Amino acid sequence: MENTYITDLLHKHFSHDILEKETGGDILTVIVTSPVIHDVIRFLKETENMNFNFLTDLCGIHYPDRGLPLGVVYHLHNLSENKRIRVKTFVTVSNPTIPTVTDLFSTANWMERETYDFYGILFEGHPNLKRILNVEYMDFFPMRKEYPLEDPTREDKDDRYFGR
Amino acid sequence: MTDILEDKQYTTLNLGPTHPATHGIFQNVLTLDGEQIIDAEQTIGYIHRAFEKIAERRPYYQITPLTDRLNYCSSPINNIGWHLTVEKLLGIKTTKRIDYMRIILMELARITDHLVCNSVIGVDSGALTGFIYVFQEREKVYEIYEEVSGARLTTNMGRIGGFERDFTPKAVQKIRAFIDHLPKVLVEFEKLLLRNRIFMDRTIGVGPISGERALNYGFTGPNLRAAGVDYDVRVMTPYSSYDDFEFVIPVGTQGDTYDRFCVRQQELWESVKLVRNALENLPEGNFHVDAPQFYLPPKEAVYSKMESLIWHFKIVMGEIDVPVGEVFHSVEGGNGELGFYLVSDGGRTPFRLHFRRPGFIYYQAYPEMIKGGVLSDAILTMSSMNVIAGELDA
Amino acid sequence: MDRTIPTYNKVEPPDGYTAPGIFATSFDKVVGIARSNSIWPLPFATSCCGIEFMATMGAHYDLGRFGAERLSFSPRQADLLMVMGTIAKKMAPVIQQVYIQMAEPRWVLAVGACASSGGIFDTYSVLQGIDRVVPVDVYVPGCPPRPEQIINGFMKIQDLVVNESLRRRYSPEYRELLASYGIM
Repeated sequence: MENTYITDLLHKHFSHDILEKETGGDILTVIVTSPVIHDVIRFLKETENMNFNFLTDLCGIHYPDRGLPLGVVYHLHNLSENKRIRVKTFVTVSNPTIPTVTDLFSTANWMERETYDFYGILFEGHPNLKRILNVEYMDFFPMRKEYPLEDPTREDKDDRYFGR
Repeated sequence: MTDILEDKQYTTLNLGPTHPATHGIFQNVLTLDGEQIIDAEQTIGYIHRAFEKIAERRPYYQITPLTDRLNYCSSPINNIGWHLTVEKLLGIKTTKRIDYMRIILMELARITDHLVCNSVIGVDSGALTGFIYVFQEREKVYEIYEEVSGARLTTNMGRIGGFERDFTPKAVQKIRAFIDHLPKVLVEFEKLLLRNRIFMDRTIGVGPISGERALNYGFTGPNLRAAGVDYDVRVMTPYSSYDDFEFVIPVGTQGDTYDRFCVRQQELWESVKLVRNALENLPEGNFHVDAPQFYLPPKEAVYSKMESLIWHFKIVMGEIDVPVGEVFHSVEGGNGELGFYLVSDGGRTPFRLHFRRPGFIYYQAYPEMIKGGVLSDAILTMSSMNVIAGELDA
Repeated sequence: MDRTIPTYNKVEPPDGYTAPGIFATSFDKVVGIARSNSIWPLPFATSCCGIEFMATMGAHYDLGRFGAERLSFSPRQADLLMVMGTIAKKMAPVIQQVYIQMAEPRWVLAVGACASSGGIFDTYSVLQGIDRVVPVDVYVPGCPPRPEQIINGFMKIQDLVVNESLRRRYSPEYRELLASYGIM
């Protein structure tokens, strides 16, 4: 399956919502607007010639300097033709809402919960969107770039000795 | 009759997080009707260590020790997978010798992983003997690791662009002795369990999953193959010259505990074959590529030569230029497709590094697999899924 | 037939007074010897160090030689809490609860860098050493420690056990120590 075939077909169906496509990297990458992400994933999964029937990975990403800082990255895999595609979508921090894909892939359940836990991205229609790895009373989203990595309760690490 | 049903009460049982049969720390709140499982609710995250956040603060070189601690039953696969990812980003092409050395170590790691998992299935079904037999063999693999990298469990093996040193003659001798002896132990182990009536009754039809559901749940590795789908990253997208070798992908039919056991057992034999083939055909050559800006110079040179000292400092401090870009690379880990999604903005650390942890992804199918079964089968199902806590919680 | 008992299989008697048919020593010492050679450990294995603990229990290293053959997965019957692996903040209340459930006298062995100090994981989610929630007797460094190190740490615990006074657990200092962890 050629990259151009996929992008042409996507353009035909989602002409205005395809923001960017990049064929130079290791995997064909398509950036779409957030409201149509569910439709794009379903199109890629269920269209006969596409058949991207395996969700390899779903994760968040945070670019603090961009207009739409929070992103979600989907890696889909067509197992019969061994073709991978990467789909990205971006949202704002004030309204980080995108549709869930749990109805298409059961595996997206925990991946979306993890993304919510790390980045605070709200997946609309998710059956059980709550924190998965961190403690439930945590009041921030730790993977966002502005939060520190270090444990705040350490007293033996004096910043003066570490150049921080 | 209806009145009785309406009054029916279920037992809630808290399995974990420190239950001995849960191998680490998974919590399952089970709703039981007598001994039958009606519902299960999972809680994970009890050893969440923030790998991905740490990875954003460490130079590429220092992320290898983190990968050790993901799936600690087969850490060389994680190390080498990470090195392959970075090499893909940097565009480094490795030589055949490096590839073959990597195959040997990755297959040895697969052997330890499968040995632990299969012997623990035995333990959970009440057969401790097999565990003690094969753990003796696992110690021998650890001795090989020590010979190659200096560490037993968290190996931190290899470097970006090859290995820190060549296989010593003693290492080659140890690998050879190991693959000559392991088949005898495997035969013995299989005699104990494979056609054992009690073991078969305990495992056949326990915790089944269909191929279709398994794909929907993102299963990979032996668990997916036991359900009848022949997806193996080593064959589908060969890395590290796996395409030079011929090996069989064992496939099950039922996707139950027994099939998972058998698939792993068969993979052990294939791994032994792969190690033997790679060792016999190990080409001559250098054990690392010529890439001074990424590959650490030898320690003797660092202490005696100015140039080497500068490179050493630059690499360790992450003061080297890394291309901007993003790559996804996956390897066939001990329990499934281990993926690394790496985004680089050209800085000293990755901008974002996400691990596709197979254990995290397929463990969410556990309630579906145990529903309707009895409690003791749930324990067996869990041990046969090979969920590793460090990888699950990242 | 040689009927002498091999020395490696017996415990040396404590200091005391012998006379024909009697042996007098202090009760503390006898109890200490008995305890130290039949410690029931509770393996609280969470991650990598737990795998090394499995090797320690295996045939090659065999912790059973030190009288710790019987693992007690129930805290009620355990003497020694062996914490092996990273303890996240989510896990901290659990480990304290397990410690509270153990009967006196109880000892704690922190195996590995993570349990001792948080190790390489100085992160928002990891407890920086289990000594923030429970008192620890012996720390074993290493990431992970080799089985020999774990055995050495265990032998250090045995030394503590054999020399412990029977009154220690009733002393005000000990009560104060527990109170400082919020355990009464």
